[in-house]
Amino acid sequence: MKIIIVGIGKVGRILTEQLSADKHDVIVIDCNADLVDKTVNNYDVMGIAGNGASYDVQNEANVSSADLLIATTPSDEINILACLVAKKLGVKHTIARIRNPEYEVQLQVMREELGLSMAINPEKATAREISRILRFPSAIKLETFSNQRIELVEYKIGKDNPLRGVKLSELYKNIHVKVLICAVARGRQIYIPTGDFVLEESDKIYLTASPQDLKLLFQHLGIFRSRASKVMIVGASKMAYYLACELISMGMKVKIIDSDEKRCREMSEKLSKALVICGDGTDSELLKEENIEQMDAFVALTGVDETNIILSLFASGYTSCKVVAKINRKSFADLVVNDGLVDSVVSTGNVTSEIILQYTRTMQNNTTSSVKTLHRIVNEKVEALEFGVTKDLNFIGVAFKDLELKDNILIAAIARRDGEIIIPGGNDYLLEGDDVIIITTNTSLNDLNDILK
Amino acid sequence: MNYKMIGYVLGRILLVEAALMLFPIIIAIIYGETKIISAFVLPIILLLIIGLAIGIKSPNDNSIYAREGLLIVALSWVAMSLFGAVPFFISGAIPNFVDCLFETVSGFTTTGSTILTDVESMPYSLLFWRSFTHWVGGMGVLVFVMAVLPISKGRTMHIMRAEVPGPSVGKLSSKIRTTAKILYSIYLIMTLSEIILLVCGGMPLFDSLIHSFGSAGTGGFSNKSLSVGAYNNAYFEIVIGVFMFLFGINFNLYYFLLLKRFREVFRSEELLTYFGIAIVAVLCIAANITELYGSFVEALRYSFFQVSSVMTTTGFATADFNLWPTFSKVILVILMFFGACAGSTAGGIKTARLVILFKSCIKDLRRMIHPNAVSSIRFEGKTADEKTVRGTHLYLVMYLIIFIVSVALLSLEGKDMITTFTAVATCLNNVGPGLEIVGPMGSFASFSSAGKLLLSFNMLAGRLEIYPMLALCAPALWFKKRKNDDSE
Repeated sequence: MKIIIVGIGKVGRILTEQLSADKHDVIVIDCNADLVDKTVNNYDVMGIAGNGASYDVQNEANVSSADLLIATTPSDEINILACLVAKKLGVKHTIARIRNPEYEVQLQVMREELGLSMAINPEKATAREISRILRFPSAIKLETFSNQRIELVEYKIGKDNPLRGVKLSELYKNIHVKVLICAVARGRQIYIPTGDFVLEESDKIYLTASPQDLKLLFQHLGIFRSRASKVMIVGASKMAYYLACELISMGMKVKIIDSDEKRCREMSEKLSKALVICGDGTDSELLKEENIEQMDAFVALTGVDETNIILSLFASGYTSCKVVAKINRKSFADLVVNDGLVDSVVSTGNVTSEIILQYTRTMQNNTTSSVKTLHRIVNEKVEALEFGVTKDLNFIGVAFKDLELKDNILIAAIARRDGEIIIPGGNDYLLEGDDVIIITTNTSLNDLNDILK
Repeated sequence: MNYKMIGYVLGRILLVEAALMLFPIIIAIIYGETKIISAFVLPIILLLIIGLAIGIKSPNDNSIYAREGLLIVALSWVAMSLFGAVPFFISGAIPNFVDCLFETVSGFTTTGSTILTDVESMPYSLLFWRSFTHWVGGMGVLVFVMAVLPISKGRTMHIMRAEVPGPSVGKLSSKIRTTAKILYSIYLIMTLSEIILLVCGGMPLFDSLIHSFGSAGTGGFSNKSLSVGAYNNAYFEIVIGVFMFLFGINFNLYYFLLLKRFREVFRSEELLTYFGIAIVAVLCIAANITELYGSFVEALRYSFFQVSSVMTTTGFATADFNLWPTFSKVILVILMFFGACAGSTAGGIKTARLVILFKSCIKDLRRMIHPNAVSSIRFEGKTADEKTVRGTHLYLVMYLIIFIVSVALLSLEGKDMITTFTAVATCLNNVGPGLEIVGPMGSFASFSSAGKLLLSFNMLAGRLEIYPMLALCAPALWFKKRKNDDSE
């Protein structure tokens, strides 16, 4: 496919990297010529320096022959304009990043008129990811599939963990819970484990199961942390607003701290149920005064990565509550997560690019089973894809033991139309209307038929 | 420094060269030159062994940064030339290996300077190989390899930039592989059409292959001692003259023509300047040599061919311009330095750089009068960024330094001033013939081995636009980092 990316920020760069690796023809447009130069040097893409919302520049990029235009400049207005112009020039699909909550409502009304196929709000999407983590704090990260009927959980085996030294076949035998460990990251190595696999300390494991079964498993093992009910958020950003909304609607108590009085006032006007405190979030006295020991979760959402890291280090040293930090720079995130300094890390760039990649995969195959959800796990090296099974599938009703799957492909879970969740074995099979989760290290899978040899 | 990756790409290049050497074998079989076949088979075996040894397995870390790009390009060209010289040596056609190397470097760099005094006595297969190197070297060996084999994930832009001539490189499509394929398709189609036109005009097929390769790569090897002048045929001269001129145009413009983006083509400043310089030069020389040839039209015929040949740095000749008046000779020498457009197969400083240099001179002059004036340099309808302008200035300085040092070194040979000067000029600009001893009807045979090696270096520096060859001399690129020292 021919894809045009307008704006090479953090999200733009992640997209450029992934889409060019997926063998798409990518053209990047940015006003900053140096940045364009650098991108062209580093990735196999074409670059154009100029305003991506202008007719001339888009013509130079030959937009009319493109399949998709993604606008991720810092400005919402430019993104909308870029999509509008591109649509007029004849591009098939457009995706815009739109962050301002004030545009939310009108987007729902006039998405068609604005020429948008999809609008992404990265802050909102990230806030949602955080709220999922807070709902199940035992996990580093939690992704959902098939309307939240199946969950994929990332969990790190720490010291004195009951899972240490456990053989997988014994684990499944003893606990009587339908759960599957679908991937293990040990250092830099990634394993798609079999029954003989033995877990070790500081392995990161990825589990799929239904929400109830997951809870059961963690309770069995005695490592369950119940849903957070008191959450402290530092930094009254847009993301904090979205997160607070989500959490309040789930019945949690939210405390927001920010040093900027104006922002605090705005926040308290918009969120009557949250407690907004004006003060320095890095001041330990203040945090103590606001009862950080009593909190179930601490979320660092200031605009600066470094501050978020320091804040969460402080919080995890001080209490045993769940600590989540927003860290946009990948190198920083690797640093704190690998050493287990912070419980969970989220990044807007990753969340956004995941959504867009999911969209492009679906675009690529309109004919057969479509990609419903895509999540990237293990440092973006493994993909978990949800496919909806349609009647075009070549192996409906065929038991898996009779199929020859490609290497590095695992069928992790099946959600039947009647609500049944199956962790598949050799005798299971797919039916029309099923949702199926595939785990793979092949990062360009877009058709369910391709999993066979 | 990723030495494994450099080795891998080099290995690939050597394998491609082995494949290319199959073509002269076919020619040898056709003309029954059975003795020569072994002269090609041996280097092919050698290339296969070395190429397979280092190029078969792609390294785990296949990242290429700017320094790897520079080294890969420089080393590949040196290696190609060394192995390409072997057939001449083994067959005994050129007994001295330095001579063989000079001839091959001259071929790959599309210079066309020769040490042969009697071309007609050479075997057909060797003549073919000599001219075929022009065709391969014209568009770039690595660009060819990139079109055929995927080398590395991203970052191959560094290689392309180091090999394709011109101040800035534009990609024609998102993927470097597609870009390379487009460029080679245009190149191939244009070469084929020239061959067909020449054959239709009655030139023997072999001769038209040789001359088409020569003009496509803007090289200039002919299979006649008198070059194109040997035919004394106006049709051939016009076809070859026009095609030389066409191969001197930026190939991106042909692609734009295919895309029907005419405005960009006909408003291209570089193209218009290129035409302008050519027309002025043709008219000036024609007027100057009218007396020699009797009529203005006749003078125009010779003048056009010589201007087209020298300006595109091809080096074919239809007349011994060594005998022309000084004014004409001076214009031709100036044209040698000018060269043709960036992104073409030609050498020289390139019209694009000239335009930028000229404009920045004007800008600075204006600043003398209005010290506070703010102005920018516009090129091809866009503001040329400071980096490009500075790069162009720097290039000119480097170019002059290499030129001056080379002239000084070559003067130790004790040849006359004009010969020394034009020999370096013609090699550094990849033209072919110079003046006096190295004139269109002369040869480089009389230089010593050291002189030939120096000129070979000049040819490579000229073709690769200096930096890769200089990088080869930079110690920072060679030495591994010391222990306990993380800085490189």
